[in-house]
Amino acid sequence: MADRLGTEGMVVILGTPNAESSRLYGLTVTEGDPSWAGVLAGANLNLPVYHITEPEIKSQIDPDIYEDQVGLTEIVLDTGEIREALSQVRNGDA
Amino acid sequence: MDLKNKKIIALGERDGVQGSAISLCVRSAGAEVVLDVTHCFV
Repeated sequence: MADRLGTEGMVVILGTPNAESSRLYGLTVTEGDPSWAGVLAGANLNLPVYHITEPEIKSQIDPDIYEDQVGLTEIVLDTGEIREALSQVRNGDA
Repeated sequence: MDLKNKKIIALGERDGVQGSAISLCVRSAGAEVVLDVTHCFV
């Protein structure tokens, strides 16, 4: 996808259920597959990556659509831990 | 991160938020979805 369209203006938005999976996805689309098992091993795509529940993303979404599509799930997710994990990925501290 | 006019890769998960739900949300923010998937690890 990145090869075909280029990475300019591309953003990854995750719907992962916990901090660990968020970190794994986040590292894969920034530094490359951390397990070195998949096709993205060593691929430094450096794509900006956020979770759909992070405030800076949520605030841009139509509130009715967000509540309908994400509201119930958000209640059971540890959004603080997910945000912290992705913040570390974006800052290169993961 | 302003989503307007961005190309979005929506990586959903069945136990979290599905890709289709992410797509609907980001389109409402003015973004274009270029890939929308929902993974299931059961």
